Amino acid sequence: MEEKYLKRKYEPILPKKAEWPVVKLARERKEFVVKVSKEAEDRILKITGNDSEILKEELETTMYREKLRIKQNPWAVDPDDEADFWGDVKRDLLTLSTGPKLSEKKKFEEYNKILYRITNRYAEEIASNFKATHYKFTRSVVTYGFSRLLNAARVKGFRSIFSNQYTLQDKIQITGETDQLRDLATKGTIVMVPTHFSNLDSILIGWIISVLGLPPFIYGAGLNLFNISIFAYFMNALGAYKVDRRKKNLLYLETLKTYSKEAIQFGCHSLFFPGGTRSRSGNIEKKLKLGLLSTAIEAQRANYQEGKFDVSGKVFVVPVTINYHFVLEAPSLIKDYLSITGQERYYKENDEFSNSYKISKFLVKFFTKGSDISVSVGKAMDVLGNFVDEDGRSLDKNGRVINTQDYFISDGKISEDTQREEEYTNRLGIRIVEEFHKINRVFSSHLVAFTAFEIIKKENSKLDLFDLIRLPEEEIHIPYSDFKEACQIVLNQILVLKSQGLINTAPHLALPMDELIEDGLRNVGMYHAKRPLIKDSEENLVTEDMSLLYFYHNRLTGYGLEKLFR
Amino acid sequence: MDSKSFLDKEEKPIGVVGVGSFGAAIAIMLAEKVDVLVYARKPEIVEEINSKNTLSGKAIPENIRATTEPEELCKQCDLLFFMISSSGFQEVTRSFAPYLFPYHVIIHGTKGLCLNLPEGKNLDQMKRMKRSQILTMSEVITEETVVVRVGCLAGPNISKELRQGQPAATVVASKYNEVILEGQRLLRSDKFQVYGNSDMIGVELSGVLKNIIAIAAGALAGLGLGENAKGLLISRGMVEMIHLGNELGGSIKSVMGLAGIGDLVTTCNSVHSRNYTVGYRLAKGENLQEIIEDMEEVAEGINTVRIIRAFLESTDLRAPITENLYKVLFEGVPISDALQFLMKYPFSVDVDFV
Repeated sequence: MEEKYLKRKYEPILPKKAEWPVVKLARERKEFVVKVSKEAEDRILKITGNDSEILKEELETTMYREKLRIKQNPWAVDPDDEADFWGDVKRDLLTLSTGPKLSEKKKFEEYNKILYRITNRYAEEIASNFKATHYKFTRSVVTYGFSRLLNAARVKGFRSIFSNQYTLQDKIQITGETDQLRDLATKGTIVMVPTHFSNLDSILIGWIISVLGLPPFIYGAGLNLFNISIFAYFMNALGAYKVDRRKKNLLYLETLKTYSKEAIQFGCHSLFFPGGTRSRSGNIEKKLKLGLLSTAIEAQRANYQEGKFDVSGKVFVVPVTINYHFVLEAPSLIKDYLSITGQERYYKENDEFSNSYKISKFLVKFFTKGSDISVSVGKAMDVLGNFVDEDGRSLDKNGRVINTQDYFISDGKISEDTQREEEYTNRLGIRIVEEFHKINRVFSSHLVAFTAFEIIKKENSKLDLFDLIRLPEEEIHIPYSDFKEACQIVLNQILVLKSQGLINTAPHLALPMDELIEDGLRNVGMYHAKRPLIKDSEENLVTEDMSLLYFYHNRLTGYGLEKLFR
Repeated sequence: MDSKSFLDKEEKPIGVVGVGSFGAAIAIMLAEKVDVLVYARKPEIVEEINSKNTLSGKAIPENIRATTEPEELCKQCDLLFFMISSSGFQEVTRSFAPYLFPYHVIIHGTKGLCLNLPEGKNLDQMKRMKRSQILTMSEVITEETVVVRVGCLAGPNISKELRQGQPAATVVASKYNEVILEGQRLLRSDKFQVYGNSDMIGVELSGVLKNIIAIAAGALAGLGLGENAKGLLISRGMVEMIHLGNELGGSIKSVMGLAGIGDLVTTCNSVHSRNYTVGYRLAKGENLQEIIEDMEEVAEGINTVRIIRAFLESTDLRAPITENLYKVLFEGVPISDALQFLMKYPFSVDVDFV
């Protein structure tokens, strides 16, 4: 079934825009922001145990960090009154602690007021500015613009730019459980979790969602993207709410989580990039940053607490993998990865997407050279990672129907237990990664990059990763015959894994090995100035950039294929 | 819909699966606070409990009832204690699986390991085993059933002493606080202290691995060796447990706790311990087959030695006590030779794990 790519037209599941949850949410934006602010306030009070002193400390820490951020790391998108706002907060906090003596109760109330002011400001900032007209416009611009570029590139000759021979769907293949996704989107609330390699992903997924006839999904986009006005326009149009990675204080994080949870409960389909940020190593995310994922579980439990036991209150988690031959940001991502080596620390975002010129340049490159993208939609799961049937009911491993609410029952009733839900979030994260690996589609470029890197690693088995990457490129030669042999061994194992349902492959992997390698070499990191893998005049394989080769090789780690090279 | 959520308020009975000596001891302790429904496979045991309120002829509290039906137990109870030997664990768990739902909570008290091997393979054919082929009991439960809220009981809990009401303590380990709290609420008494630990795998492994050292301790006693030798064994045994536990996914800290060092010291000094008895009788010249045949309940350590030996083959780890015990148990090497080897083994560093 996978040989025939979907190139069908999907009717919208909700033809009337007014029915789109995101439109409804936009209509009620004001009330929604107030609701989120209040609930975030409650949550923080609960975390601080309703203790005046602890609350005061949290407020002061937040204020201090915010003032520091304003000074040290200002962005264009920041509102002008920021300094004033935090100045006011500082003054009020000071008055409270040094001013006239107030009763404990009164004091607590005053702190509470400050808290609400902050959560309200955050909620206002986070909330999306979705406008249906902008969405429609953006969508047609993207589709039209992309297909113009595509036809100009592929159909040769005069006026090719007006040809309609190729559409975006030739370029981007959508495979997997698309019908189930469409079906469940009419029944319950979808939380889509795609792999994240490139900034292009959010636009790509946005486009896919619309091709599949689904109403727009909301998602958290990095506030930095809103720095560029054209991106800000697109993001707003796609239903994005804003996530500011500079703000790591408790108040902000709780407000953000509340926003996400409430939006899911509202019935808005949501998109989480669970890696949190683009995969710097080129690995499929091995361990997910779970942040917002927990809000899907919270929303599900809250729906049950409100008595919504039918499918309309159910949250479905749908993993999606995006497969590229090429990731534009690869050079800087891998550089980051190698320099951070797992430690969280502040570094300057070196973004290829930092200005509109670079983006357009990339888009032109992308469409004028033939490099395909495939998107695989995985099976829908409940928030505990159980698959669901066509009616959205959860199934256990033996196909028996189980109730998701049972996971939240203790002492005979649905209960809220933060620690339990943390554990559930970890479980869900593990399940999503499992599914990512299963639906991941191997491309020729992944195969050649993986094989070449492993051969080089084997020949230099004494070196650790960092020394390996620093090997002088001119010293690396792999004879073609050896390479071909190794590729075949890796491919055979991939096919074994595929027969066990542990990985998927693109149809072009059925090509004869010579052609397959050819195709892989042509495509692997094709737009980079320095190519990760090429054939030299003597038919040896050589690399121009070891760290890039490592980046593309990483796409196939996590399957135990390395063992073939021991 | 064939799944049914319990939503009533009355306190339900607590289920206990298996009435071996430890299962019975736990059932009796639980019966001080709540009604208990036990599951036993043999109808005559169930009959004895229900009609005479005795178990193997000894009186037990009246609020302990029994059944042979897994379905009955799962329907009546939300919390189940699985107290069965590792050899029957997978089979029993599978027989309960169709009746278990995600609202159930299971706490087990089994200090052994199970295997997850490809179809048609058994332990005899496995020269080496990967971690994924070895299952702790909690892993069996989550593998075979939809229950996720799983915990384990471990610690120095010799059934005989528990039934005499002597003071003792145990560890309830689970990733879920609610499971720990429930275990504490049900088991804690003036004579029984209950500690919590979130490193469930580490606690399970501590209980499993200490059985190996217990066999060795029995062997030393059987050879007539003294307290110096025992001290040596316990401390080196602990180091071995730490390295193995760590390799298998547990935390070092748990080995230092009640379920690790606490249980280790107890079993290495206890003539009541089955594992200790195995070692003791071996050293007195009996052969393994005879010993196994006339023991009433399983000595988990024997199987554990085989599994861990196979696991060691897939790692770079050395575990001299386990390796030599394997030779004694299964390759006919005399205990004195194994001891000689251990005394010559280049243990150069005393503490190399912190």
